[in-house]
Amino acid sequence: MKRLWSIGLVRGLVGQILGFLIGMGLLSAVRAVMGLPWKTEPAWVAGAFGGVLGFMVALGAFKDWYAWALGRETPDIEEIEEEPGWRRYLSYSLDHKVIGVQYGVLSLLLLALGGSFALIFRVELARSGMQFLSLNFFNTLIGMHGMVLIISILLGFAAMANFLVPLLIGARDMAFPRLNAFSFWIAVPASITLLSALFVGGFDTGWTAYPPLSIRAPLGMQMFFVGVFFNGWSSILGALNLITTIIRLRAPGMSLFRMPIFAWATLATSIIALTATQLIGLSFQMVMFERLFGMGFFDPAKGGNPILFQHLFWFYSHPAVYIFVLPGLGVISELLPVFVRKPLFGYRWVAMSSLGIALVGFLVWGHHMFTSGMEEYLRVPFMYSTLLVAVPTGIKFFSWVATLWQGRIRTPVPMLFVLGAIVVFLMGGLSGPPNGVVATDLHLHDTYFVVGHFHDTMFGGYIFPLFAAIYYWFPKVSGRRLNETLGRLHFWLMTPSFLVMTFGQMWVGMMGMRRRIADYDPAQGFDTAHLIITIAGFLIGLSVLIFFINLIMSLRRGEVAVGNIWQSRSPEWQLLPSPAPMHNYPQPFRVVGEPYDYGLKGSRYVEPLTQPAGDD
Amino acid sequence: MSAHELSLEAYRQRVATNRIGLWLFIVSDAFMFGALLITRFYLLGGRRPELDQALGLIVTSVLLTSSFFMNRAEAMIAAGNRRGFLTSTLITMLLGIAFLVGVIGFEWRLAPFGPGDGAEGAVFYMMTGMHAFHVLTGVIFLFIVFRNGLKGHYSPERHWAVEACANYWHFVDVVWIFFYPALYLIGVL
Repeated sequence: MKRLWSIGLVRGLVGQILGFLIGMGLLSAVRAVMGLPWKTEPAWVAGAFGGVLGFMVALGAFKDWYAWALGRETPDIEEIEEEPGWRRYLSYSLDHKVIGVQYGVLSLLLLALGGSFALIFRVELARSGMQFLSLNFFNTLIGMHGMVLIISILLGFAAMANFLVPLLIGARDMAFPRLNAFSFWIAVPASITLLSALFVGGFDTGWTAYPPLSIRAPLGMQMFFVGVFFNGWSSILGALNLITTIIRLRAPGMSLFRMPIFAWATLATSIIALTATQLIGLSFQMVMFERLFGMGFFDPAKGGNPILFQHLFWFYSHPAVYIFVLPGLGVISELLPVFVRKPLFGYRWVAMSSLGIALVGFLVWGHHMFTSGMEEYLRVPFMYSTLLVAVPTGIKFFSWVATLWQGRIRTPVPMLFVLGAIVVFLMGGLSGPPNGVVATDLHLHDTYFVVGHFHDTMFGGYIFPLFAAIYYWFPKVSGRRLNETLGRLHFWLMTPSFLVMTFGQMWVGMMGMRRRIADYDPAQGFDTAHLIITIAGFLIGLSVLIFFINLIMSLRRGEVAVGNIWQSRSPEWQLLPSPAPMHNYPQPFRVVGEPYDYGLKGSRYVEPLTQPAGDD
Repeated sequence: MSAHELSLEAYRQRVATNRIGLWLFIVSDAFMFGALLITRFYLLGGRRPELDQALGLIVTSVLLTSSFFMNRAEAMIAAGNRRGFLTSTLITMLLGIAFLVGVIGFEWRLAPFGPGDGAEGAVFYMMTGMHAFHVLTGVIFLFIVFRNGLKGHYSPERHWAVEACANYWHFVDVVWIFFYPALYLIGVL
């Protein structure tokens, strides 16, 4: 029992239940004292907040900060030796590699869950007519599919960045290890709260939660808001930590333009996550308060304006798609030179293009609102800024093609996924302009064409690179390689199915299939296409299942990885054993060359510092 | 944060890192307050809510004065004047509480509308409420600094907590410098 209690996750879950009851009870008590009648919704919202707080308190996330507030001191990260073993992964740990794995596991769990939601409603859509879902549950599932996967992607980015950035730049750990642990752990109760929306009536707005519909949606809407709100904290604080780490903790000699591209991508991503996330938090809070206190932000009868919500919401949610894809594009640029054995073409341009996408990304949110009744004079400027994104993205494509050109290409599984990512992201990129141009978007808006387009960008920009990264860096986590045969099966099953799925979606979209509807008219002739899309979706699900089996099998019985298995120049492969030890590099290193000069004789990127660097 | 065991050079390095973290937090938070300002002008445009001008002026003066004492507190601990530091911190904290009483206790009661009454009510209570929440956290931060100051935890070389508290307090103050005209001065009734 005591052993069980020593696991942070167990304590946290108990704390969340207690916190929920306390929050609900306190609010109801206050209302009773004030002589107000019982109301379900405020009690649940207070309970949800209390639950998240209760989780963090019971976990022990506030312990060290409380000690600081009392003027007591706590040990430095470098003085902490954590007991190795699996318990560390289920408890409050300060090691960035453990936190990276924790993020990764939670992200993959949510990925499986969010994907399963899609499979359920794809079955409903496989034929016209209503099969087995109620309308409200269908709507809840599409909203959940969207938001759960968005959270999964945010956590997946955090997983890659947390695990890799300190290793890539030669830091002992992140700049703020306790904040890092907090950022991960708050995502756990937040995701539980988000999922709880399924059981308290769901919500019928889709993931965008537009008022006025979200004002009238069932109670699940509030759980959705609270869950997303705290996941936003995770994202903001994680980004803050990553930026500080990259600015302050680089190895000696690593100037900004000798940083690995992935660190650049993380920096650009974190700038967006740090700032824009505030706006989705605020807009969701405003709807929350409108429901609780009748504040008329978005109610025209009270002088409010629902368009305002869309502005605030998309100011985050468009840059958010760059949060999703920039790390993935960074992974592509990071891995491509390793498997092509050539320098990355136009390193500086690639680094700057990440920042360029991030900055232009702030100016394009209006292209989601061409049909919303937004001021008409805003349409054309937003169209131009949207198309401008193609310039920095084009730089990346140009660099990848030029890097591949005349390279000695090897195709182990990570490289397959890199190549798949480039192809799929190209499809996503090419199907983008029809949505960005006002004239065509007026017809395509809210159709399956858009669904096909953004699944291409999400898979090409995030899912494929994520798998590439997992196949590539898994040995650094576990000391064992993932199985190549299963990996190839995963890739060759997923890629064609995926392309069939999204092309099918774009096709039915152009024929007039609307998004977010549970049923369609058989006379439109979509039935066969929808059946094919559903089958393709299940094949993707099967391929991801193979990946999970591979992950679990290789963790125990995979081939042991010894040395620099990919012949990479990067310090984590050059200097560290697999799995990477606690506190990373036992001996600091210095950067003496360019990161991607593959194939140049005698060139070096890092060399170990023979003398300890001291305290500076 | 075993601050006393660290060499002064290592402490300075750490503070330089912390400072970046704090400023990034402020940048992030500023986006939220900026969005509230946008909300105000988007919904109300050239109108402003009907508020008590005298009270608005009083609470604004109180908050601005508190920032002066906050600055004194930081300057005094840097100069080694522990007594002056404690007095100034205490005054800052009391002025912060006075501001909260002025806004929540009086302005919220005197306003001729509630949060559910039209866009004016929604904007006014959201903006002042969000700002007051930040003032409240600042007051708690000040209390912690005051208590640890009493125990003698800060020295002229090592007082990062005081600096962080002061920067946060000034930030909350600057936000009000934007919020006050947006709510009380700009536009017609």
